[in-house]
Amino acid sequence: MHTMNRSFRQHMALTLAAMWITVLPAGAAWADDDDFRGAPLDPLYLEECGACHVAFPPALLSQRSWGAVADGLADHFGTDASLDPETLQTIRRYLDDNAGRRRSDGADGRPLLRITDTRWFRKEHRPGEHGLRSDTFSRPEVGSAANCAACHRGAEEGRYGEREIRIPTPGSAR
Amino acid sequence: MKISTLIAGLLLATSLPAGAAGPADFLQRFEGEARSADPGFAASPARGRDWFAAPHGQDWRCTSCHTADPGKSGRHKVTGKAIEPMAPAVNPERLTSERSVAKWFRRNCRDVVGRECTAAEKADVVAYLIQIGQ
Ligand code: HEC
Ligand code: HEC
Ligand code: HEC
Repeated sequence: MHTMNRSFRQHMALTLAAMWITVLPAGAAWADDDDFRGAPLDPLYLEECGACHVAFPPALLSQRSWGAVADGLADHFGTDASLDPETLQTIRRYLDDNAGRRRSDGADGRPLLRITDTRWFRKEHRPGEHGLRSDTFSRPEVGSAANCAACHRGAEEGRYGEREIRIPTPGSAR
Repeated sequence: MKISTLIAGLLLATSLPAGAAGPADFLQRFEGEARSADPGFAASPARGRDWFAAPHGQDWRCTSCHTADPGKSGRHKVTGKAIEPMAPAVNPERLTSERSVAKWFRRNCRDVVGRECTAAEKADVVAYLIQIGQ
């Protein structure tokens, strides 16, 4: 595991903050998910895939993974998230067009269904850095790693930049 | 039916734009569907309240996410995400979209009851939700 040099990080943060302000075509420029800071989300996607949790950024899983998620909506992590065929088709296309280029397969070669299981996510959220500890995700204020909005205050709108990260302190009710 | 009369009055008073559905339309429709199986059927808010809070053989109840007071905000049982109040008197966006109502009854009934809900069950729930905060 590498640690980014501090001034390099700051430089990157500034560059990317500037890019965030320069309105980008949805998705496209963010497909390299190592530098991902967020991207505007499609309103239909926000409505359909943001009802039970934040609408996760399409760039953070591969086309294969999103295909598998879309195929399994009737039994989606223990809940029924099924869509009518027409809406499903539109969402599928959106995910396909905006998916990340990095592979997100598991050790068994099958596509992962969780962003939080990807190597990228684990590296970016490894304990010991930026105030993350091994028990941070399981704290009651966070609940699970999939609760992006607990720490990323812009997650509802698809923003994950450093300026909007605040890890809830233990004991703070939300 | 008292409820239906009340709703009919409300409907006249608010006069919805053409094509839009309102809570009363759903009540009327589900009640009508239920009557084709049981001509004596009349939606009951009290039965709806009990059914909404009762277990139906699966892990969750309707109240697991919508709370025992659908006039208040709920929370998704797994993700913790806030869910706006279910009662149309408190949250005017509720029970106004065909698509949303069909979609969520389908999903939530499969999760809570293990099958789709009957028209009678839906009529009772809608009657209950309409009555809250009135
Ligand atoms: C009916 C509720 C519901 C809807 C609608 C829904 N989801 Fe989910 N989703 C869940 C639950 C519950 C989880 C598991 C959360 C957890 O483990 O904390 C989940 C988890 C996920 C995860 C994995 C998160 C992680 O751990 O990285 C992805 C990806 C996902 N959903 C994508 C979608 C997409 C895409 C849509 C729209 C097509 C969608 N969801 C719609 C309930 C829903
Ligand atoms: C417990 C708090 C917490 C949760 C929950 C969390 N993150 Fe993070 N996230 C962080 C921290 C801390 C960083 C590291 C920031 C840094 O690199 O300076 C980070 C970094 C990131 C980055 C990279 C940002 C950058 O500046 O490079 C992205 C993208 C991201 N998270 C997305 C997500 C997504 C998507 C989820 C939910 C599936 C999530 N995070 C859940 C705390 C969290
Ligand atoms: C696991 C969590 C969960 C459970 C259990 C649950 N719901 Fe829901 N329900 C939701 C979510 C999330 C929404 C959409 C939230 C939103 O629109 O803000 C929703 C929406 C609805 C709607 C749509 C209202 C509208 O105006 O479109 C109805 C009706 C509904 N639920 C009824 C029920 C009934 C009846 C039960 C029990 C059989 C139930 N729900 C159980 C999570 C749940």
